[in-house]
Amino acid sequence: MSNKDAHWAKTRGHMIVTLVLWFFFSLVLFMFGTELNTMSFLGYPLAYYMTAQGSLLAFVVILFWTANKQEKIDEEFGFSEREDD
Amino acid sequence: MFKGGFIQNLPKIYGLYTGGFAVFIILMAIAEQAGVSAKNIGVMFVAFTVCIYAFIGYLSRTVQVDAYYVAGRSVPTVFNGMATAADWMSGASFVALAGGVYFGGYTYMAFLVGWTGGYVLVATLLAPYLRKFGCYTVPDFIGTRYGGNLVRACSVFVLFIASFTYVTAQINATGTIASRALGIPFELGVWVGLISILICSMLGGMRAVTWTQVAQYIVLIIAYLIPVFWISSKVGGGVFPHLMLGDEVARLGALEQQFGLVKNSAADMKAAGVPGGLKYISGPHSAVPAGGMAVWKYLSLAICMMVGTASLPHILMRYFTTPSVRAARKSVAWSLFFIFLLYSSAPMLATLSKLALMDPNLPTGIIGKSISDVQSIEWVQRWSEVKQVFIADFNGDGILQLNEWFMRGDVVVLATPEVAGLPFVISGLVFAGGMAAAMSTADGLVLAISNALSHDIYYKIVNPKADTAKRLIVARVLLVIIGAAGAYIASFRLTSILGSVAWAFDFAMSGLFFPLVLGVWWKRATREGAIAGIIAGILSGLFYLLWVYPKFSMAIWGVTNTPWLGIDHLRFGMIGAPVCLVTMVVVSLMTKEPDAATQRMVDETRIPTGKAILGKQH
Repeated sequence: MSNKDAHWAKTRGHMIVTLVLWFFFSLVLFMFGTELNTMSFLGYPLAYYMTAQGSLLAFVVILFWTANKQEKIDEEFGFSEREDD
Repeated sequence: MFKGGFIQNLPKIYGLYTGGFAVFIILMAIAEQAGVSAKNIGVMFVAFTVCIYAFIGYLSRTVQVDAYYVAGRSVPTVFNGMATAADWMSGASFVALAGGVYFGGYTYMAFLVGWTGGYVLVATLLAPYLRKFGCYTVPDFIGTRYGGNLVRACSVFVLFIASFTYVTAQINATGTIASRALGIPFELGVWVGLISILICSMLGGMRAVTWTQVAQYIVLIIAYLIPVFWISSKVGGGVFPHLMLGDEVARLGALEQQFGLVKNSAADMKAAGVPGGLKYISGPHSAVPAGGMAVWKYLSLAICMMVGTASLPHILMRYFTTPSVRAARKSVAWSLFFIFLLYSSAPMLATLSKLALMDPNLPTGIIGKSISDVQSIEWVQRWSEVKQVFIADFNGDGILQLNEWFMRGDVVVLATPEVAGLPFVISGLVFAGGMAAAMSTADGLVLAISNALSHDIYYKIVNPKADTAKRLIVARVLLVIIGAAGAYIASFRLTSILGSVAWAFDFAMSGLFFPLVLGVWWKRATREGAIAGIIAGILSGLFYLLWVYPKFSMAIWGVTNTPWLGIDHLRFGMIGAPVCLVTMVVVSLMTKEPDAATQRMVDETRIPTGKAILGKQH
């Protein structure tokens, strides 16, 4: 496997992990809205909190995490861009 | 004070700008105390901010192709994030989102998840690769990856339908706000709005739009957050509403029980003469509606908005402007952070506003009070005059019930400061914020359409020998034509036939999502597959929309149809996108695999380093 292929295999794996997280916070949670709402967080019913704020915040965190992780993958295979690029 | 170039000084420049805007707000507050009328304060807010945007647009004028199309690819990560956030949050988001949550509660908030979750798809599947590709427009990527004029033209067609659906609504919003703030007729307001939009974008293209959008983001976020925090501490919601409204949400649940969530019959509402567009609360605020269908409706709406987000060209093209691939990736994260600041506040504003009106223990409460008392309240009178609120005493008991109070969704953002007793300077600020939100999105959309027409249709297909000067003249002429066409439609209030902005997302996801994603992630995807996918996707989506939307199906077939599996007109992308995917895969597998040069091109797109596929000038 060439360096490029190995880089892409790892990138693809990372993409799948990111999308699993995304799928959980955007869709899986809300399949169980009624059940979640019996729990509470900060005094809010949980499903209400997640759709109003929680999932949104999770997406922001996922995006910063995924960008950093991808930079590390690029570095590992020597595809890191120069700062002044 | 300003050593080094413009880019190095951006934090200083926008810092000064923000300070200047704060000083302006204070001056207006002093003017209000000194007796300047509310109307004049509104005029000054809108006029002052629009003049600043126009000034930035003028300073950013350019005669270079890559500055015009992609801002010279020099926009730093965080600033591109702010510009994207302004590009994203439309006049509708600004004035209507909180109203949507106010009336729709939990169910409506699928939009919030959809309009933010889509950015995860943008960052992982598309933005970094499109940036590496080095294209000027979204069809530029599709045209080069798959090769050929036909596929390029097809993608321009989808871009045009999706963006134009969206832009008329934005110009409409600019017109509404301009007319209310400046006290001019709506038809005139639309053209004033258009001229402001064109001044920002015409001379400098993407470069000018970028720097005005950053300025507009600063205005709109200040204008949204100050009232939310202020109202919250004023009505006893706590100093930090996002973390502290748990009790208020529970209280709303109790009040819903107390007043009862009653559905009015259409006949009753017609008999009482409720003006069009006004709504009443009939669903719970935080409770999750029971049943599998309700869950499916939530999920399908979220899917449509997420996938649509990842296919809307005016958003994707913002990531062409960053200096590098990693900057593009980071920039998506910053965009969502800046969007989050507003989106997470909208439900809080809705909660506060709802509680202020519903809680009989608060001095602002009106539900459960006597109707004659409510009708003598100053703000109720003012908003009744312009048919934005309405009272119908269905049961004739003289007491205002929850289902007897009608209101337009926009009123939540525009009137809550007044209801809670904030000074008018805050309402003026809200007008300026709404104007900024509507203008920034309209700018981005008009530019996306005219760039695709001038670059992909004129330069790549019609006249590939055109020189730089000629290309930029064509681009600007198209910009004016597209803007004028949008304003023309808006001024006749024909926007109601264009339905909802959600349609733009459904159109984009039906025709563009899979051709874009598979272009990067599936080497086997062929030109024929892409053409067939785009055409099948957009046509099946469009046909389903005509079939399911009562206004259209009545006009064409004289019948109304029951949505299939609950897929109504807001969700028709659920039909178009799968059709696009299946067609594209099947046709790709049936046709010859792309040649070695194309495969190498895809390989190059997938790594961040090395030369862009398309040169700096193309």
